[in-house]
Amino acid sequence: MKAFNAKYVLVLLAIVAIAALMACAPAAVQPTAAPPTTAAQPTAATAATAAPAGFQPPTDALGVVTIGPNDPVHVGYMFVTSGADGALGIDSRRGVEIAIDDKGGKLLDHQVKFDGQDSGCSAEGGQAAAAKLAADNTFTVVLGSSCSSEIRAGGPTLSKAGFTVISPSNTAPDLTDPAKRFPGYFRTAHNDKVQGAVAAKFALEKLGVKTAATIHDGSPYAEGLANAFAENFEKGGGKITSREAVSPTDTDFKPVLTKIAADKPEMIFYPIFVAAGSLITKQAKEVPGLGDSVKLMAADGTFSPDFYKGAGDAAVGMFQSSPDFSAFTGGYAKFLEEHQAKFGEKPVSAFHAHAYDAFNIFAAALEKVAVKGPDGTLYIGQQALRDAVAATKDFPGLTGTLTCDPNGDCADPHIAVYQVGEDNVKNAVVPSQPFWKPGQ
Amino acid sequence: MLKRRRSKLEITDIFIYAFGIFIIAIILYGSFETLRQGKYSASQWADLFVFGITIGGIYALIALGYTMVYGILQMINFAHSEVFMAGPLTAFFLADALAKSGLLATNPAISLLLIFAFSMIVSTTVAVLLERIAYRPLRHAPRLVPLITAIGASFFLQYAFRGLFGTQFKVYPEIPALEGVVTIGVVRLTYTQILVMISAAALMIGLQAFVQRTRTGKAMRAVAESRESAALMGINVDSIILTTFVLGGALAGAAGVLYALVFTQVSFAMGFIPGIKAFTAAVLGGIGIIPGAMLGGLFLGIVESVGPTLFLDGLNIAAPYQLKDAIAFTLLVLVLIFRPSGIMGGQTQEKKA
Repeated sequence: MKAFNAKYVLVLLAIVAIAALMACAPAAVQPTAAPPTTAAQPTAATAATAAPAGFQPPTDALGVVTIGPNDPVHVGYMFVTSGADGALGIDSRRGVEIAIDDKGGKLLDHQVKFDGQDSGCSAEGGQAAAAKLAADNTFTVVLGSSCSSEIRAGGPTLSKAGFTVISPSNTAPDLTDPAKRFPGYFRTAHNDKVQGAVAAKFALEKLGVKTAATIHDGSPYAEGLANAFAENFEKGGGKITSREAVSPTDTDFKPVLTKIAADKPEMIFYPIFVAAGSLITKQAKEVPGLGDSVKLMAADGTFSPDFYKGAGDAAVGMFQSSPDFSAFTGGYAKFLEEHQAKFGEKPVSAFHAHAYDAFNIFAAALEKVAVKGPDGTLYIGQQALRDAVAATKDFPGLTGTLTCDPNGDCADPHIAVYQVGEDNVKNAVVPSQPFWKPGQ
Repeated sequence: MLKRRRSKLEITDIFIYAFGIFIIAIILYGSFETLRQGKYSASQWADLFVFGITIGGIYALIALGYTMVYGILQMINFAHSEVFMAGPLTAFFLADALAKSGLLATNPAISLLLIFAFSMIVSTTVAVLLERIAYRPLRHAPRLVPLITAIGASFFLQYAFRGLFGTQFKVYPEIPALEGVVTIGVVRLTYTQILVMISAAALMIGLQAFVQRTRTGKAMRAVAESRESAALMGINVDSIILTTFVLGGALAGAAGVLYALVFTQVSFAMGFIPGIKAFTAAVLGGIGIIPGAMLGGLFLGIVESVGPTLFLDGLNIAAPYQLKDAIAFTLLVLVLIFRPSGIMGGQTQEKKA
């Protein structure tokens, strides 16, 4: 009898729960759905008080984000802010914070609210973060992600939810490949087709090496960049001795380095992330046959203080390709001052200025498309916002003059190569002066 | 069970055996091709074996913790990977302090002993608390209950350490006394590798002696045979179980420091992968059997290090080290096809099951 009762209660609970869900679901969806012209004001309060005849809020194919007169413009981020690669996302987040400060904390007389999710620099983290962001319909835009793997997994969710997504640091070439790009995606970071070409040019012309091995970790960023490098290196007359792959959680790279050593390359290019990258740097010195003679080169994924801490003295003298700080425009000096004042240190990674620009092209697009109701309510058509960002042309940013191409590449890419010096390792700071840049 | 299978060969058995033989054929063909091409020198093969034995020794030490607990409680202690993480992550602060004070450079032996002792004490404490708080109250619950508890405890410990020490990895200081290389013929060993091998061997021999020669060891074996009978013979089962966790924890703490010396980076998440590997090693050797865990660990370490090059390079498969885990687990399957209770799993194992 008791068992029967329990079962009965459970079934009843289940039915109630399902009923509740069904009742809630449409209500939750409503604000993002395109409001019909008759149901003018989504918020009851504003509808009752101030709606003079004649004002029609805009309609939009993807829905309209409505910001009440006293509500903030909600800007979301999806950056990696913890773990070995945390510096990458924290750096970008700080860039956006400074951009918001420069606007006086306001857009169109509305406060800017800026928060988001840690996406962990992994596909799983990206998916989870995107799901959480997509569930909150107050966001007008998502700035992110940090790592290409995150957006590859989480991007479709954000895209379907109608968001405009602008990344300051995704560089994998296939994210803006017309066949694979998802609608509403833009980036202010360079495409790794550019970085791969610069790294190969540096290896061939400046270092004068003829043979190289590459290592990637299976992530879209690392694989894309390693392949871009290899293609350009071979096109330029070099020979790729082996293309190796590891997994990002590996710690023992001596076996794979021993295999590489059997082909005697003059250089190893390993555009991977901080944890694995620092271990490879360290272990390359311990593998006989590689030793000190082989040139080591990594890329912007390892441009972080934690990389120098992890690799220690083994990193001194190695090279890293990354955005060229010296090519940034005049406003960058002021940015650095504000950064120092606000955070008490120099930028911790490479994409702070790109994040600053990402926020500003969003802000410019928002100012173009937002419709202000007579009571101060903002109506932002999501498709209109995407179109406005896509139409960005000759925008003066910190990283250069930004123009979005039809595939979402908005960057004005300048890549330089940096050499790790002793003070970078000792003080755990990223290099600020390029060692070489194309055309030098 | 086995007898019945032998008398009536089922189609699935034939399929599984054919699969096993197919894999062996690929391995043999791949190895033959790689060696025929002669791309790698003898010293490079020796290097690969040395790397494999180093990591294998560490796997073996962790695997002992899994296997001893299984032998006594028939339970997989999934939180053991966090016991392994707790020691070296906490001992990092001691190592860092010793390095800053200069003691690590002037008195490396004492410093290392201190670091080992500290790490072992922390790991042991975590293991003991785990047993007292999470497992003992569930001693008579169905077997799945402590298993799920172990997974929960594993998450709890991981995130507790994440909260305590942050998400960044910490870098162990370099020990000047361990920088150096010994060359014997084609074999080239760094001092760190020698230290790892000697410590792992010493700990394993010590454990084996303890289990085989002491009264407590005898009691452990008795509890492993049958908990009820052991209790009837006047053995305090609870205290023997506690002893098992103490031993497992201490070995994991030592393995953690060895891991930190070889790979230098420690973080709250460092336990997961070695934990899975060590568990695999324990199964590979025959779970519940102490020498099995040692053998399984070494075997897995060597296969991971040598396998991708030896088996796949000759077949012209690109980037074989991406498949290192696939190779390790394929070999696990292979061993389990032909020896379902592991390499060392023989009569005793079947009797128990």
